[in-house]
Amino acid sequence: MPKRYLWIALTLAVGTVPARAETIQVIIDRLVFSPATVEAKVGDTIEWVNKDVFAHTATVKGGWEVMIPPKKSASLILKAAGPVDYFCRFHPNMKGRLVVVP
Amino acid sequence: MSIRHTAALAAMLLLGTAAFAQAADKPTDPQIAHIAYTAGVIDVEAAKLAIEKSKTKEVVDFANDMVRDHEAVNVQALDLVKKLKVTPEDNATSQALTKAAAEERAKLAKLDGAAFDKAYVDNEVAYHKQVNGALETLLIPSAQNADLKSLLETGLKIFQGHEQHAEHVAGRLK
Repeated sequence: MPKRYLWIALTLAVGTVPARAETIQVIIDRLVFSPATVEAKVGDTIEWVNKDVFAHTATVKGGWEVMIPPKKSASLILKAAGPVDYFCRFHPNMKGRLVVVP
Repeated sequence: MSIRHTAALAAMLLLGTAAFAQAADKPTDPQIAHIAYTAGVIDVEAAKLAIEKSKTKEVVDFANDMVRDHEAVNVQALDLVKKLKVTPEDNATSQALTKAAAEERAKLAKLDGAAFDKAYVDNEVAYHKQVNGALETLLIPSAQNADLKSLLETGLKIFQGHEQHAEHVAGRLK
């Protein structure tokens, strides 16, 4: 690789390191979390946008729970790395997954 | 009688659901709307009885969830029939459901404490299973209007969620 390109590649790589925390939306429509699987980083925010007239939750068994009222949004800042499965406590047939990288 | 309809009827008989088995003819949209609405009202009434009688937080919480969801579905159902200018039509299935529910409520009303909790939650599991079977095999396939079909499909997901929720509560009561 010519030196110049290597330099550009390095700059691009370094430029992504102090990544800014992002907000990632998960839409709830007719009892479906979409996207069902979200990849995110520690420090990112997940925002669930509930388009249903029903209250839902994003609940991790033995872990956290976010209440998402009808036609409202609710957020959670991701604090720990690792994959985590969540479901709606009111409608356990609704399932989602977060894959959180450090 | 079509093969699909025979299969649906057989499925209902297998579930031992006398109410739905009486729906020998394919229901019309106004009848389907009435059946779906009635099924919701029945569950709300059972839940109100549980809120009044149960002393167990998990059972009362579950009952409150049922009231909230089924009332929300029924508001949507009423909005839809208004929009479509359809008058829900009473029918043998709705009547059989109402009659069976009245009998179940009378039975529940005589129970107290843990016996009540168990009977209510077990009935919730069975009732949601019964309604889900009817939605999947008869009501959704029979619905002609696309909006009605879509509402029933959302209703099915809600009911399936409630069935799992009820099973979870039933497991915790043991």
